[in-house]
Amino acid sequence: MRHIISILVNNQPRVLARVASLFGRRNFNIESISVGESEEPGLSRIVIVTHGDARTMEQVSKHLHKLIDVIKVQDLSIQQSVARELLLVKVGATASNRAEIQGIIEPFRASVVDVGINSLMIQATGDREKLDALIELLRPYGIKELARTGITALPRSMQIQPKAQMHA
Amino acid sequence: MTTDQKQASTDRELTGSEILLRCLIEEKVEFIFGYPGGAVLPIYDSLYYGSIKHILYRHEQGAIHAADGYARATGKPGVVIATSGPGATNLVTGIATAQMDSIPLVCITGNVPQNLIGTDAFQEADITGITMPITKHSYLVQDVRDLPRVVKEAFHIATTGRPGPVLIDIPKDVSNAKAPFSYPETVSIRGYQPTTNPHPLQIEKLQQAIAESKRPLILAGGGVVTSGADQQLIAFAERAQIPVTTTLMGIGGFPGTHPLWLGMPGMHGTVAANRALLECDLLIGIGARFDDRVTMGRIDKFATGAKIVHIDIDPAEIGKNVDTYIPIVGDVKRVLETALKDPPVSQSQAWLEKLKGLKQQYPLTYKQSDNMLKPQWVIQHLYETTGGDAIVTTDVGQHQMWVAQYFRFSRPRSLISSGGLGTMGFGFPAAIGAQLAYPDRTVISVTGDGGFQMTAQELAVVALANIPVKVAIINNQCLGMVRQWQEVFYQRRYSEVDLSGSPDFVKLAEAYGVKGLRARTVDEARQAWREALDHPGPVVIDFQVDPEENVYPMVAPGAGLDEMMLGDEKA
Repeated sequence: MRHIISILVNNQPRVLARVASLFGRRNFNIESISVGESEEPGLSRIVIVTHGDARTMEQVSKHLHKLIDVIKVQDLSIQQSVARELLLVKVGATASNRAEIQGIIEPFRASVVDVGINSLMIQATGDREKLDALIELLRPYGIKELARTGITALPRSMQIQPKAQMHA
Repeated sequence: MTTDQKQASTDRELTGSEILLRCLIEEKVEFIFGYPGGAVLPIYDSLYYGSIKHILYRHEQGAIHAADGYARATGKPGVVIATSGPGATNLVTGIATAQMDSIPLVCITGNVPQNLIGTDAFQEADITGITMPITKHSYLVQDVRDLPRVVKEAFHIATTGRPGPVLIDIPKDVSNAKAPFSYPETVSIRGYQPTTNPHPLQIEKLQQAIAESKRPLILAGGGVVTSGADQQLIAFAERAQIPVTTTLMGIGGFPGTHPLWLGMPGMHGTVAANRALLECDLLIGIGARFDDRVTMGRIDKFATGAKIVHIDIDPAEIGKNVDTYIPIVGDVKRVLETALKDPPVSQSQAWLEKLKGLKQQYPLTYKQSDNMLKPQWVIQHLYETTGGDAIVTTDVGQHQMWVAQYFRFSRPRSLISSGGLGTMGFGFPAAIGAQLAYPDRTVISVTGDGGFQMTAQELAVVALANIPVKVAIINNQCLGMVRQWQEVFYQRRYSEVDLSGSPDFVKLAEAYGVKGLRARTVDEARQAWREALDHPGPVVIDFQVDPEENVYPMVAPGAGLDEMMLGDEKA
């Protein structure tokens, strides 16, 4: 199963390396990783998307807790949460099909953020499936460059029908 | 330090290296094990007039294993200092050894000045990065004002919870920079709050499981030794009437002469211990991590009919290797003290009788020989002449297993052995550390002819300071355990295990000014060992033993505990 793990850490040099190296050393998988400042000065939030069964997730959580710089670990996939990533994609575009591309990206609430002679850069945010779908729709125009941030996420304030409690 | 001196020290600014030394004095450090070099010159300069005894080893690996041996013998943190680059990287094996066996070490390394970090400067290595997977925590000190807090935290982290090695990397400019000194009274680390007190409900569940069990078994590991819970374990096992098997790391945590003791389990465990693991209905793991040398990595064949209780201070150990029926997170001593308040009695009489029968039917044995010295005999002789109270250190391999099998340790912290990492070259320097801590106890470094040659240069240290370690080389002229595996699993294709070309160990010892003795027969061995014990200083005894001897019983890797090879004697 796919899990989104949110890890609150001290904002210290090498903390990201400690977390990432723990995953590597213990043979846990990382699908994506994103990190940035949190609501509290001095603390950062690392969001890791990983795969594993319940036993593996329990081990992931326990081993993360062993790191001195880790303050809190949450599995956001077992509670209601909002998970988003940012996509920047540069597609081939000619004067004749720009309007057409505009029409494709509009339902995705994506926007054009840069215009070249033969290309457009499009910015989109959303969950992974939405961005995958957008990329597939744009593929026929020719994808010149593409960058995704990896997932960042927070739990929803209202936990209607809460899911399971994560083992700490 | 008097109050006046403390006051004086806060009034004027000190250099980073002076601050470090003050911190170590505050932490009541007795010995520093180390080796100087360019990046730690300021620290060694501060040591020059210091009150802490520094022991100069001949290799950083010797220094860190000695610090480790001191820590294992005393329970206090060992402190090692090495310089940047090669000095620091020479610590790596010792750090990993301590990490695997949960030994409290504070490893201080110098580094190049911060303006040179990252430039591939002379003797620069990213030691924080290199050691990240093998330390409990590490610090790169970037500001001299952080140093007291960092040292305080490092000692706290190394010694509390599940102990382990902590690295403090200090760039040379930080050692030279000045700041006022004050040592923090308390430690507060938000992300580090080890659970020491067990959950009462879990203890109740344990008590109930014991009351219901007919075939209970305690698997006691290094956690019993670490938490100082040996007396509680004896009381608990006796009152609840539960037999005990101790892992290699747990040896000494329960007396080797106790009627409830079954011996060591696992790959070279006793028949009684392994049969007990196979047949028990309740398995209480106490400070043991269910390593593959115990389970053989065959969880499908391990204690399959048992409810498993796992008591450990490290929550991440629970459920890591085996599924647990009752998890109890806490300090082993606290857990046993709590459980002892209202101890149930298991219905284990028939079970105890059966295991007693197995112990009698399958004792550890070996074939005696008229013309060759048997390694097992040597270990037994060392035991019989010194009793279970001697401190014995080992490397890894056949001699290590024979010590575990034939030396009946009666108290904790008396077997000092690299369990998790299995480090050759560990035992001799570790013995030096243990002997420094206990100058009046008999400290024996039982080692192989292979392992001894990895750190034999530390003979200089025992010679110079007259440290009376007795080095008993179990010399079979080969890498014995590797040879045993090649014999059993590789059709006697003995690839690169012949240690011909080893020095004459007696002459080697004498070259350092250490007494050297040799024994080829039982009579010579008796006489040499008597002479060694009577000699007030260090001695190296070269016991030339039967090179063909193997360690039995044995369970092949990948086999279950039900597939024990008993050896020629019993097959």
